[in-house]
Amino acid sequence: MTDTPVGDAVETVESGTIRSHLNPPPSYDLADHPVPVGTEEVWRFTPLKRLRGLLDGEPSEARLTQENSVPAGIEVSHITAEQAREIGEVPPSERPAALAVSLAGGATLVDVPAEAEIDEPMVVDLSGDSVDTRVWGHTVYRIGNHAKVTVVVRHTGSATYCSTTSFLVGDGADVTILSLQDWADDAVHLGRDAIRVGRDAKVKHTSISFGGDLVRMHANVEYDGPGGEAELLGLYFADAGQHLEHRLFADHTAPRTKSRVTYKGALQGQGAHTVWIGNVLIRKVAEGIDTYEENRNLVLTEGCQADSVPNLEIETGDIEGAGHASATARFDDEQLFYLRSRGVSEKEAQRLVVHGFFNDLIRRVGIPSIEDRLLETVEAELARNVLKES
Amino acid sequence: MATLDIKDLHVTVDTEDGTKEILKGVDLTIKDGETHAIMGPNGSGKSTLAYSIAGHPKYTVTGGSVTLDGADVLEMSVDERARAGLFLAMQYPVEVPGVSVANFLRTAKTAIDGEAPKLRTWVKDVNGAMEKLSMDPSFSQRSVNEGFSGGEKKRHEIMQLELLDPKVAILDETDSGLDIDALKIVSEGVNRFKQNSDKGVLLITHYTRILRYITPDFVHVFVDGRMAEQGGPELAEELESTGYDKYVSAARA
Ligand SMILES: Nc1ncnc2c1ncn2[C@@H]1O[C@H](COP(=O)(O)OP(=O)(O)OP(=O)(O)O)[C@@H](O)[C@H]1O
Ligand SMILES: [Mg+2]
Repeated sequence: MTDTPVGDAVETVESGTIRSHLNPPPSYDLADHPVPVGTEEVWRFTPLKRLRGLLDGEPSEARLTQENSVPAGIEVSHITAEQAREIGEVPPSERPAALAVSLAGGATLVDVPAEAEIDEPMVVDLSGDSVDTRVWGHTVYRIGNHAKVTVVVRHTGSATYCSTTSFLVGDGADVTILSLQDWADDAVHLGRDAIRVGRDAKVKHTSISFGGDLVRMHANVEYDGPGGEAELLGLYFADAGQHLEHRLFADHTAPRTKSRVTYKGALQGQGAHTVWIGNVLIRKVAEGIDTYEENRNLVLTEGCQADSVPNLEIETGDIEGAGHASATARFDDEQLFYLRSRGVSEKEAQRLVVHGFFNDLIRRVGIPSIEDRLLETVEAELARNVLKES
Repeated sequence: MATLDIKDLHVTVDTEDGTKEILKGVDLTIKDGETHAIMGPNGSGKSTLAYSIAGHPKYTVTGGSVTLDGADVLEMSVDERARAGLFLAMQYPVEVPGVSVANFLRTAKTAIDGEAPKLRTWVKDVNGAMEKLSMDPSFSQRSVNEGFSGGEKKRHEIMQLELLDPKVAILDETDSGLDIDALKIVSEGVNRFKQNSDKGVLLITHYTRILRYITPDFVHVFVDGRMAEQGGPELAEELESTGYDKYVSAARA
């Protein structure tokens, strides 16, 4: 495990206009986002061949089957891509998001009025029935000042899907987001959740990825004013042959903002591959910010690969706190011995250890009404994979 | 009935400087209802004996036998040994983050009994065991051994002993790190366990202190990987005043 204090972080010299080199400037122009060849820094971990040609940018009218449970007070409508831009969505900074914006045929707009306090989560169930179906998705959540809302997006079934979603969070709002990738084994998903955090607003975003052949999710935050807080959580479980990639970007664009990133993953089986990229940029203006990012991986068998890359770029000297930790470990023999010495079988002991590894994170997701179901989903995933008695 | 029979046990560990023999022919028989105390200097191999009986993968048995009521223990996996009726209270219990004591105990009880315990009586049993060991009920929601003090870890071990109710218990320095009150509480737990019929106890310790609360039938002196002397409770008193020097120099000679 490495805990890197500020002094050891990569420091950039210039200020003002400089961009984190891992996060290219945003642009709607597809010409600014050429088809990657795989050697690019942002693509080097991703097996492009398994994207089913998604990045070629072939238009498609196909949609995922969508079932929404929309609590009273939330408005859902359809807008054009042009309108999404005018509203001030977070513009694309990579080819997949740029493609989704240009090919989705407009966006879904979800409006949560200012000061609305909505206890019941909004649940969006998205499912597909074939990987041969290519789908582009484009969504904007506009959350008013001091509103309180929870959004759950669940992905199931099969699809070749590329989506971009903006969460525009008003001042003082309190937003909890969960994106669950519970795809079938063959699905391909490139997704980007981009969050703009208003002044003194609080956002918790959780990404959970179990299924899919190739899943690559971005969770990006930037701040619209001082005092905003973002907690980015993630949990993933890669089985044999799966590629699960999570790319985080906390762009501290305002003073006294806070970011907390905690991602935990387990890997099992030949060719299971996970990637975690944790980028944090602390801009010149972002004085007195506080950031900490952490990624932990538990490797259960031989033949897995967990890549974990934290990056901290600092342009100001006045920081409250900045650090990161990254650790990849195997099963702890002493833990397994202890549990087994109490009569628990080897597989059951492994399942308990993995359950324990994820447990604290699940408790932090902060959506009580689905916590039990989430635990069940995790337990089912563990039972399917770790509990196979040999 | 419960008889643990250890014959000419030889055990090695792999170290950086190669394989090292630690147990050099241990003989010990623990019969129905007997309590045996093993005392010996640091590094003489007491924990190695305990771990080897429990099946820790770090230790390699190179000779001898261990049987429980005639069944070959060395053939069994770690969890099979526990289900056969062996229990090891560890010198350094292991932390398992994120797994609650309640979940752990229920899982272990289910594994040992082969069926889930009846919910009502189980909750009562757990609460009762915690109360008797002066453990706060909040412990059941905490992660196994995580952040427990040394004494709390030991009480947690004895709580498991009482709830899992094995045939033979091996207690590796359960008394070390306990203040006198905790020592009494833990000893009472062991004595409650012993009161049930036919239980064998192998008690590993440095100090005679615990033997005032748990009366051994036999005391063994363990030096350099084997038994050096055997006697009754009076042997413990003698060790207290004279120490192990006599046995250590004899072993060297
Ligand atoms: N993994 C290992 N690598 C090297 N040496 C080991 C290993 N495990 C045990 N030993 C050695 O084996 C010997 C016996 O250790 P053991 O822990 O069994 O002693 P002990 O009698 O329980 O001591 P204590 O009274 O300190 O608990 C010691 O010399 C110890 O250093
Ligand atoms: Mg020891």
